[in-house]
Amino acid sequence: MSNSESTEYWRWTESRWTNPDLDWKDSDIISAGIDVGSVSTQSVVMVDGELYCYANMRTGSDSPDSANRSMNWALEGTGLDLDKIEYAVGTGYGRVNVPFAKRAITEIACHARGANFMYGPSIRTVLDMGGQDCKAIRCDHRGKVTAFLMNDKCAAGTGRGMEVFADLLQVHINDVGKMSIVDDEPEPVSSTCVVFAKSEAVALLRKGWSKERVLAAYCGAMAHRVVTLLERLGVENDFAITGGIAKNIGVVSRIEKELKVTAPEPKVDPQLAGAIGGALFGKALVEKARKKVG
Amino acid sequence: MKANYGYKDGSGEYYITVDTDMCNGCTKCVEVCPEGVLEVVENELDPLAEELVARVTDEHRKKIKYSCAPCKPTGGPIALPCVQACEPGALTHSW
Repeated sequence: MSNSESTEYWRWTESRWTNPDLDWKDSDIISAGIDVGSVSTQSVVMVDGELYCYANMRTGSDSPDSANRSMNWALEGTGLDLDKIEYAVGTGYGRVNVPFAKRAITEIACHARGANFMYGPSIRTVLDMGGQDCKAIRCDHRGKVTAFLMNDKCAAGTGRGMEVFADLLQVHINDVGKMSIVDDEPEPVSSTCVVFAKSEAVALLRKGWSKERVLAAYCGAMAHRVVTLLERLGVENDFAITGGIAKNIGVVSRIEKELKVTAPEPKVDPQLAGAIGGALFGKALVEKARKKVG
Repeated sequence: MKANYGYKDGSGEYYITVDTDMCNGCTKCVEVCPEGVLEVVENELDPLAEELVARVTDEHRKKIKYSCAPCKPTGGPIALPCVQACEPGALTHSW
């Protein structure tokens, strides 16, 4: 893999984590959320509403298999097994394909709930920039959705579009955001369609633009596109971004600038928001069922 | 909750908004829609609630500009059957 031809610039880092301060053995409710997205799959296990372990990996061509693999990876080395999880919730694009999930819940509800957990109850507007679509969500202090708007008609303003650009410019996806911060901000590329924007970028490169400036023009266009989505819904502070693009400082800083808001620094991987929300719903559903019986 | 179903493209914004706090799940909009754009299901955005609410079907979400076109002649303002049928006034169209 040493020559540049075969380097996969779009490939982001997969990860897993276990909370060293928690023990599942003396817990009451163990719930899980599995967010099978178009690009990435996350499994999160929560013990009494606290984050216990997670895994974040690429979605393969087989959704049920991706769900299983990410769950197994999350549970690796924890001593937990699937039978001990009381309630598993599937969410995301492939939510109906999670074999061990008791229920599928739409990712809009899960992202609002997850952002509420990750950033605190003051969050009112959540922008989820995923692999293949982009959602603007308004929620209340409990993370309950009060309004939403989704753009899933095209890949502009999504992680997949960013992957295409990383590949085109031969810049690693993790460096795209930082590289796009330039002193002389260029005009955003005029097309938001990934395919057209790509040919526009090729033309700019041929004109002698640096990679940095082309990336700046694309990140600017992406930010502007989601800002129009948010403006239709109305932005209320506090504002947070979830999903993979939340890690791209180039897009995030431009959205903040256009909307004149500040998104808080994520404490946990922002890609996990959906799965965390799913696990929290799992816990709430267990409690609801117990109340009915008791 | 205001649930917006639809999309924005080069020709404009096409959203049907369902105010789920107003919707009573009566299914009258479903009955009058000639294209079968609407359905009444459990509120997917609030998994802990049990009330039924209207939404745009998955099949029509990405093409409502065309699905709703028969009820929207270019000749001027008309009363949409779904909006008229909705007694609590929970349905609105953006275009």
